[in-house]
Amino acid sequence: MADQTAPRLDVDALLADPATRIVVCCGAGGVGKTTTAAALGLRAAEVHGRRTVVLTIDPARRLAQSMGLNELDNTPRQVKGIDTVATGGELHAMMLDMKRTFDEVVQTHTSPQRATEIFANPFYQAMSSTFSGTQEYMAMEKLGQLRSRDEWDLIVVDTPPSRSALDFLDAPARLSRFLDGKMLRLLMAPARGGRSMFSLVTASFGVFSRAVQKILGAQLLTDLSGFVAALDSMFGGFRQRADETYRILQDPQTAFLLVAAPERDAVREAAYFAERLVAERMPLAGLVLNRTHDVAFDSIPLADTEAALASLDPQDQQVTAEALRIHAGLLRQIEREVRVAARFTDAFPQVPAVAVTAQPADVHDVDGLRNIGAALTA
Amino acid sequence: MMGRNEWPARLHVVTGKGGTGKTTVAAALALGLAAGGHRTLLVEVEGRQGIAQLFGTEPLPYKELRIATPPKADGEVRALAVDPEEALLEYLDMFYKLGAAGRALRKIGAIDFATTIAPGLRDVLLTGKVKEATTRSDNGRRAYDAVVLDAPPTGRIGRFLNVTAETARLAKMGPIKNQSDGVASLLRSPITSVHVVTLLEEMPVQESLDAIEELTALNIPIGRIIVNGARPPLLSGARVTKTELKRGLAAAGLPSDPATVTGLQAEAKAHLTRRELEESLRTDLTEAGYPMVELPLLDAGVDRDGLNHLAELLLGDLKL
Repeated sequence: MADQTAPRLDVDALLADPATRIVVCCGAGGVGKTTTAAALGLRAAEVHGRRTVVLTIDPARRLAQSMGLNELDNTPRQVKGIDTVATGGELHAMMLDMKRTFDEVVQTHTSPQRATEIFANPFYQAMSSTFSGTQEYMAMEKLGQLRSRDEWDLIVVDTPPSRSALDFLDAPARLSRFLDGKMLRLLMAPARGGRSMFSLVTASFGVFSRAVQKILGAQLLTDLSGFVAALDSMFGGFRQRADETYRILQDPQTAFLLVAAPERDAVREAAYFAERLVAERMPLAGLVLNRTHDVAFDSIPLADTEAALASLDPQDQQVTAEALRIHAGLLRQIEREVRVAARFTDAFPQVPAVAVTAQPADVHDVDGLRNIGAALTA
Repeated sequence: MMGRNEWPARLHVVTGKGGTGKTTVAAALALGLAAGGHRTLLVEVEGRQGIAQLFGTEPLPYKELRIATPPKADGEVRALAVDPEEALLEYLDMFYKLGAAGRALRKIGAIDFATTIAPGLRDVLLTGKVKEATTRSDNGRRAYDAVVLDAPPTGRIGRFLNVTAETARLAKMGPIKNQSDGVASLLRSPITSVHVVTLLEEMPVQESLDAIEELTALNIPIGRIIVNGARPPLLSGARVTKTELKRGLAAAGLPSDPATVTGLQAEAKAHLTRRELEESLRTDLTEAGYPMVELPLLDAGVDRDGLNHLAELLLGDLKL
């Protein structure tokens, strides 16, 4: 399959290497990122004896339960019922609570009184739960927290189900730009009566501010103004933290794994992400291509299968005919998957890849995760 | 037999978990509804340029352009990629005649800022544009017979469509409030229908059912559940023995050595296991109580022929 052309990704070597401290799984929605992250974490703990934590963002209920995560409580919980006797590893898992993480950030960077004001502001309430990018920022923030405590051998991160996989890299910068408040200050400037040397800009900003006031209503601007004032004290802290985490992601202690399925959109997304990682000098470890297909025998190629189907008596040989139709469908699907995957491997021939065959049923227990781990390293 | 009458709404919102093929289904529906001399608009709002990629064209501008004609060339599909910045400028221009000032604001990033600070504002602008296209008339004649929206995925669809709640938290009056109220009532009227695309796999089915529950609670009308990538019902109830396969392979003049026979049997059994799981998921979907349409897996991937085929299946000109 895909890994015949690309160098093979050695997942075990990556997980076993003590220098690997963070593995980030990224890719389009619906490609099995969370499952891959969980399977990697389990293998790192069971096979490589590492003290591992898996940070998941929005796991499917049953997958979360398989790791003993029954509620979103924002702290790592040890996963029970795994086999680490021989290696002494540990697996912990946590689900990101976006709002709570944001609250903690506010509490860390400001006085209790200010924090109370911020929490009460409708802008904060809306932003901490719905701002596009908050989830990505908070995932990054949580990763920064986990890493700074230095109590984990390995942190495996599952990235949020963003509109685009790139949001994970861009959102923190966007949010910190927003919170740094250059635009906010500009917006507020006319209200404060301040004058700026960029008079042309502020002039049209006055128009803008009036337009915003008209459209959104004065109350909104008052709330926004209060929000800005309350956040004023913590701007620096926000940006510093986001920059630090960004630097960790550029460090060789981090390994980015692109996760994709052999579908056009998912592969294209992986290719975009690979370009970005290269441009940002972030360490791209390889591609995991989930849900590929395989034949159980290779003695009957597609052309022969199709020829036989044309000649077989469908009544007399119904079972064989239908089995061969299944075989033909599988062969055509594999052809398409190879073609789709080649769009990535042709563009990034040096990026190691590994394919994981589609499982007959969804994974929602530790055994299933262990099988995926084995398939990733087979 | 389905026809246009089976798709009574005028605004078709197509959602589904990522990877289920919602863009493909939305495009096929727009093609199908255009057949018979109609004009439809296919809209995307997430800046992914999925429509352009599907039809193999250059990235779409913020303009309604013809992108395809239905299989019999008797109708027209136009496509539009809504950009929130453009939509905001258009909107401001409509009310405030901003002109050059608007462009200046854009240069300094104010528009990006504005669509970012007010959560929900972005969605109001996007859905507002969709509403405008759906209700637009030219010389007393409706601009579009149907509008098909390639909407955000199931995980975000409730928030996206529930625009009033989001803006009401921030804007208590003013044009944005009016705008979002207008969108909200359109989305809750029989003009709108939300179709959920799923594969017969556990997570997409679960997310589809969750989304249906969420939208129902918001009083947003659900149309159909569209099962994509359905496998053909082969070998139902059959016993697949090695003896039988060996005999059949030999009769077809194909290799019938033990490895081949065992391999073919394994593939047949894997198919049956998959079918069994699919059957139980199909039952779960049926219990939701909405009409279901099944579209086959296109072995060769989605090309124009494939899209036309899906369009015909959706509109019932063909039987599966």
